[in-house]
Amino acid sequence: MTTPVLALKNLKAGYGQTEILHDLSLHVMPNEIVAIIGPNGAGKSTAMKSVLGLLNIREGAVELNGEAITDTPAQKVIERGISYVPQTNNVFVNLSVQENLEMGAWTRPKGVEQRLDEMFDLFPDLSEKRAQAAGALSGGQRQMVAMAKALMVDAKILLLDEPTAGLSPKYRSEIFSTIQKIKNTGVPILIVEQNAKQALGVSDRGYVLVDGANRHEGTGAGLAADPEIARMFLGGGH
Amino acid sequence: MWDAFGFEFVNFYFIPGLVLGCIYALGAIGITLTFGILRFANFAHGEIMMSGAYLTWTVMAIAGAAGLTLHPLVAMVPAAALVIILFLGTDRFFYKPFRKADTIKVVMASFGMMLIIRSAVQAIWGPNQITFVPGIARPNATLQSITGDMGMMILMPNKHIWIFAGTLVLVVALGYLLGRTRIGKAMRAVSDSPDLAHVTGINVDMVIRATWIVGGICATAAGVFLVMDTQMLETTMGFRMLLPMFAAAILGGIGKPYGAVFGGLVIGLAEELSAYPWIGDAPLLSPGYKTGVAFAIMVIMLIVRPQGLFKGRSF
Amino acid sequence: MEAYLGYFLYLLSLLTVGGIYAIFALGLNVQWGFAGLFNAGIVGFAAVGAYAYALLTTAESPFHIGGFGLPLPIGMAVAMALSALIAGVIGLICIRLRSDYLAIATIGIGEIIKLILKNETDITNGPRGINKIPRAWEHFSEERFYSSAPMSWIATPEQWGAFFDSLPNWYWQPLFAGTILLTVYILYRMLERARLSPWGRMMTAIRENESAARAAGKDVTRRRIEAFVIGAAIMGLGGALFAQHLRLIEPTNTFDPSKVTFLVWVMLIAGGSGNNRGAILGGFLIWTIWSASELFISGGIALISSTFETLDPSILATRAGFLRMMLIGILMQVILQRYPGGILPEVRPASPKAVKTTAGPTGDDT
Repeated sequence: MTTPVLALKNLKAGYGQTEILHDLSLHVMPNEIVAIIGPNGAGKSTAMKSVLGLLNIREGAVELNGEAITDTPAQKVIERGISYVPQTNNVFVNLSVQENLEMGAWTRPKGVEQRLDEMFDLFPDLSEKRAQAAGALSGGQRQMVAMAKALMVDAKILLLDEPTAGLSPKYRSEIFSTIQKIKNTGVPILIVEQNAKQALGVSDRGYVLVDGANRHEGTGAGLAADPEIARMFLGGGH
Repeated sequence: MWDAFGFEFVNFYFIPGLVLGCIYALGAIGITLTFGILRFANFAHGEIMMSGAYLTWTVMAIAGAAGLTLHPLVAMVPAAALVIILFLGTDRFFYKPFRKADTIKVVMASFGMMLIIRSAVQAIWGPNQITFVPGIARPNATLQSITGDMGMMILMPNKHIWIFAGTLVLVVALGYLLGRTRIGKAMRAVSDSPDLAHVTGINVDMVIRATWIVGGICATAAGVFLVMDTQMLETTMGFRMLLPMFAAAILGGIGKPYGAVFGGLVIGLAEELSAYPWIGDAPLLSPGYKTGVAFAIMVIMLIVRPQGLFKGRSF
Repeated sequence: MEAYLGYFLYLLSLLTVGGIYAIFALGLNVQWGFAGLFNAGIVGFAAVGAYAYALLTTAESPFHIGGFGLPLPIGMAVAMALSALIAGVIGLICIRLRSDYLAIATIGIGEIIKLILKNETDITNGPRGINKIPRAWEHFSEERFYSSAPMSWIATPEQWGAFFDSLPNWYWQPLFAGTILLTVYILYRMLERARLSPWGRMMTAIRENESAARAAGKDVTRRRIEAFVIGAAIMGLGGALFAQHLRLIEPTNTFDPSKVTFLVWVMLIAGGSGNNRGAILGGFLIWTIWSASELFISGGIALISSTFETLDPSILATRAGFLRMMLIGILMQVILQRYPGGILPEVRPASPKAVKTTAGPTGDDT
């Protein structure tokens, strides 16, 4: 069996005194898109932040390519190749698009110029706006900048926290197709989403999180077809 | 239009206003960068400025004892290095412990530092005024004769020319740093969003050190320019500068170095021009109230537009 | 006997000045301890109180406006009101903004007030200051008081004069110290009451979790302005008592920010911010240390200058004074870092909210 790129093993974690994740296990294999779905407050974003060492892990382990990175500070985690796109506030609004990307490459030793060109190929819309302040862009374009910024390093895995929240349907589809494109460049992706249906549509596998623990798991298509899950999240208000 | 009015206005109000403005601008750069990147109002900034001037004087005095006459701008270089060490040491021992705490704790710590540094300077150098450069500064003769031939005589002593040139060089260098270099862009990024900078992998500690270094250089320059202008050293000068510098930083928008420069020039000019006899023969505002001008501008900004003219951060 | 009297009077003066500082610290405790408002311009509020009191109660003088020769309590009441008024204006402007701005604005207002006192020479006598400020109890021995109502109803001026001549010249000292201690006690009782009242609990709730308090429909800004104004009024009263104690006030040295604003901050932090007893304890304790260290320093300097005759004792004295200030500053930093609660840490009033319940996973997706 190949080692997963990222594995969370029986994680208990939270902020301060409050425990949010009670028992969470999940993994991402090479070349996979994995979605975490679940109701509001289930701990989806917390799961992601625990990978980055942004909160207290009480028990369990986080592993990157089989090596423990539990409780490693964010900067070290990022240096080791985990790229993270927060849900909101994910671009430097006062910096130009290109400067945002350059900042994304902070931990990259060399080849920044070349990587910039690759990113502008992957996100052609951004190429013509490279001198514009990121704050002046639309929500969808900002999301593109945020993803491109995260990919400026040679990411071993990309974590996306609700990349389509608050976007119009048109942009939503565009983001999901971009996610496919990123996967095709060989970067596995862990994605937290409220738009469960579309997320599962592009995902190889998915986890359903309820009350800080994984309740269901399966292939993207399988979960999307599961009637219980459909009743819980897909049709409803979330 | 270059009649007695113009001559008097430009030479005795406008140019001194610009000189003062340059000093405020350099001081405000450090304040606005600290406020933007470390997120707190550093009350010790004026005292750091003042100690920079004292250190410069000491370097000049030591060199003088060795038979070497140093220009303040040269003596400023080793002094600035010491000020940077002072800044970094202060940060390490007094501010860093509160990095994760409520910002007001750091403000309080900086308030304490203000007193510690001033008392230390008073204990070392004594509380009395020290003459920085003796003698009366004569207007630059070349400039006087050239502008005089053109029918608009400008009386500007060399010290003012140095101050303008020094400020210009520093502001251009700062512009290059923030716009073209990796660390400078990272400083803007941290000022923009520290959280995002953190999860982007930017070395925030390095950015903070860079901020103190840039702030230290500008503060030393501001302190030295001020004593070059007044030719006097005294231990309360830092405290007196503090309010106008904060006013300049707020006017220009917190976290906006160019805003701070603009704000500094505006406050400097406003302070000097408020003493001009705009109506009748008496000064518009008694010179005793000069410092009040900065405060008034600041209060008006806080009421009308707390984010400053250039859309800085408003908390 | 004489020696004991000296010690007794020294103790009284420690209690007097310590008590005045305790009043300042109580005022600051309302602002900082209760409401979390950083006031870096205590000196300004103290100066307003002192000058208001001085101008209203001194006898008519050619050097400044008035004096109006009003009764002492009126002077003190106006001192409080004026200080509160200024705080209200500042509060309206700054309290909605982040705490740093209030700190900047208060340090500014402190300087502006001093600037006005220095420049408006027609009103305040400028840098030369105001003299002969009546001190409570001692003022009875002044002719203008005993020769007018209500004292003149009891006895003739001659009788009063003879009476005061028969008293030792320090007769007022225990009475003045007692008055100040009583004021401290009354303020303490009132502030304790306020702290335990719904108002005080609301202040705690606001300080702990501002957004929750806002969400619960509390008028956070208004509550904060109230705390700021009340604290400033207390500082105004402290200023009036300070003026009584000094009898001569002038803008620069009397109201040196490092000796008023800063010392009061050290007192509150050392004593325990948020705790009224802590504020009082800090006031007396730090003042005693401050005052006693002066004796030690002068003793030390006498020793040094007698050993090394080349050193000028007066220069040593000023330098040592600054060193002392520096040490107090470092003391504050140490307390701030190592003992953030102070000697008497804050005791939270019991309220249902104090019991924290963590009800399941909530609010992570933000």
